[in-house]
Amino acid sequence: MTTANSVTKLDPEHAIAYVREVPIEASPPPVTARGALGWLRANFFATPFDTVLTIVMLLLIAWAIPPVIDFLIVDAVWSGSDREACLATPQHPEVGACWAFVRNRFAYFVYGSYPLAERWRVDIFFAMLAVGIVWMLKLDAPRRDIGAIYFFVVLPIASYVLLRGMPALGLPAVETALWGGVLVTIVVATVGIVASLPAGIMLALGRRSRMPAVRLFSIIYIEFVRGVPLITVLFMASVMLPLFVPEAYSPDKLVRALVGIAMFASAYMAEVVRAGLQAIPRGQYEGAMALGLSYSQMMRFVILPQALKITIPNIVNTYIGLFKDTTLVFIVGIFDLLKTIEAARVDPSWATPVTSTTGYAFAALFYFACCYMMSRYAKAMEARLAHGERR
Amino acid sequence: MKHVLTTFAVAAAVGLAAAAASAQTLNAVKSRGALNCGTNTGLAGFSQPDAQGNWTGLDVDFCRAIAAAVFNDPTKVKFVPLTAKDRFTALQSGEVDVLVRNTTWTSSRDTSLGLNFTGVNYYDGQGFMVRKALKVNSALELNDAAVCVQQGTTTELNLADYFRANRMRLKTVTFATIDEAVKAYDTGRCDAYTTDASGLYSSRLRLANPDEHIVLPEIISKEPLGPAVRHGDDQWFDIVKWTHFAMLNAEELGITKANVDEMLKSDNPEVKRLLGTEGNYGEQLGLTKDWVYRIVKHVGNYGEVFERNVGQGSPLKIARGLNALWTKGGLQYGPPVR
Repeated sequence: MTTANSVTKLDPEHAIAYVREVPIEASPPPVTARGALGWLRANFFATPFDTVLTIVMLLLIAWAIPPVIDFLIVDAVWSGSDREACLATPQHPEVGACWAFVRNRFAYFVYGSYPLAERWRVDIFFAMLAVGIVWMLKLDAPRRDIGAIYFFVVLPIASYVLLRGMPALGLPAVETALWGGVLVTIVVATVGIVASLPAGIMLALGRRSRMPAVRLFSIIYIEFVRGVPLITVLFMASVMLPLFVPEAYSPDKLVRALVGIAMFASAYMAEVVRAGLQAIPRGQYEGAMALGLSYSQMMRFVILPQALKITIPNIVNTYIGLFKDTTLVFIVGIFDLLKTIEAARVDPSWATPVTSTTGYAFAALFYFACCYMMSRYAKAMEARLAHGERR
Repeated sequence: MKHVLTTFAVAAAVGLAAAAASAQTLNAVKSRGALNCGTNTGLAGFSQPDAQGNWTGLDVDFCRAIAAAVFNDPTKVKFVPLTAKDRFTALQSGEVDVLVRNTTWTSSRDTSLGLNFTGVNYYDGQGFMVRKALKVNSALELNDAAVCVQQGTTTELNLADYFRANRMRLKTVTFATIDEAVKAYDTGRCDAYTTDASGLYSSRLRLANPDEHIVLPEIISKEPLGPAVRHGDDQWFDIVKWTHFAMLNAEELGITKANVDEMLKSDNPEVKRLLGTEGNYGEQLGLTKDWVYRIVKHVGNYGEVFERNVGQGSPLKIARGLNALWTKGGLQYGPPVR
């Protein structure tokens, strides 16, 4: 009591000695938690275990990266007309990647055996496809409704006419056996990707349908197709089918592979989409029904937008897997990019110790670039769609 | 299960082949306007695409020779690249008219698979490659050698048989793929590398120093590679068979791509019969009189085709060896046209 009194009785002059009017300037964080050092410590050396990991990784990088750079860039041979350019000589004892080989065969890797005079048609196809993809994928692009018609109706018909040829329009027919390289890889992957999403959504909805026949069909289809390796499907299509169908009615080899891949990808996509459908709380279904929405309205406006959003990582995962699975068509004698590289690397006029490695490095760069772009796009898409949740 | 499937497939194929027997292959080819030729998906010197994507090689040129004989146009061929697994089905089902895919002629393939081999367009066989520094001149000096070989192939079995028959000790070092085996040989893990001789020459080019290695003269297995057709169409069988013989006879008589036009004026009765200036031997085959002229004019004789694709004119530089004409110590022998 007395103390309290004494405080209240203190005169203002005296109190100033105890109350600061200006806050003390914050002292800098300790040197170990600030700047580059602090960042390093927080991210690389926070605990002894982290420190060990960091050192191991650094050693791994030092061991693995420089030889790769040496091989791919420093010692690489960039130009030349035949194998002589990529052979080790006393002046040039260490030979890295033989990019001269890739440059020499680049057109073959892109077009395969597509007739030289008709290759402009493939170029137009690539350009049209690029326009379509950008139009569809860029969410703020103008008139995306026309874009969808272009992508799903105009583009398939135009590509068929362009690539396969139509003598009536003055475009000589080009057998699919002559297609090859990047062209085939892109065609197979695009057909698989574009066909599998709608088919997969249908199958997923069918599997959760209350109609027994639809549900049974979807379950049998999905389980049967998923239960068989893709390689078997392709092999059956190319080896067994011709034995049962007269030669004249036997479908084109590439078409057989395209159908096989599209069927296969749809079954996987169905399960991915079903996972998304199951993750949507029942309340969403009930709410939609309470609003009087029909089944298709409920799916279109309430359920699928949410379900597809949460499955984007899985959908892209499936796409990336599918993109790389397209190389399996080589077992039925279709020349995709990898197979054209395989065929070119045996050429005796380019046979050197590094030719095969260079060919495979080129394939790796191509597949990495494509898959990485897909994954970056998916990431941007997720960030954009997650705006609602961050509020 | 696998057996059941295989039996089923073969039965179906033989049934189909028999059904197709009445359909004349030559007429089918003519009405289609192109020969469907089954080739390898990529084998150095035999069937490989060039920078423009055109197929080249010994087997490929054989396809072109048939097309030249039938159509007078060597480009009227649709090449169907086939893997080792689907090659026979493709022929049995009629997807291809002739299979020219470095296929070894064996009795079971010739009979139960429903195929007919028309001849041997390349005599291959398993050989050895060693370093020159080893100073080995014969495979019989390879006692105690470590030999690199591809796993699970007849090559591996032949190797073991050969060493046992000659009472030599063998250390095999096996690899899943040819590439690995070649790499291991190149890095010195083995003293010798073995595969079919044609493969040895193309593998040699992939070594760090090709000139330091030699292919030994011994050939320890028979691998006669030849074109095959379906059972049941003897006319087509004759056409494919005689295409090969025509190219051999052209070489024997010195008729080349360059001089074939002059040769038309030759007085030599053999040349006259071959080029169709005398007799109607081509018509007997169901072709035209000048069928050999067409082959040689567009594709060349056997020697030219050999040298261009696998011989001295190519980086492979395979010696003629068994594939020389019978007049030069080889096995290639074309029966007379008369």
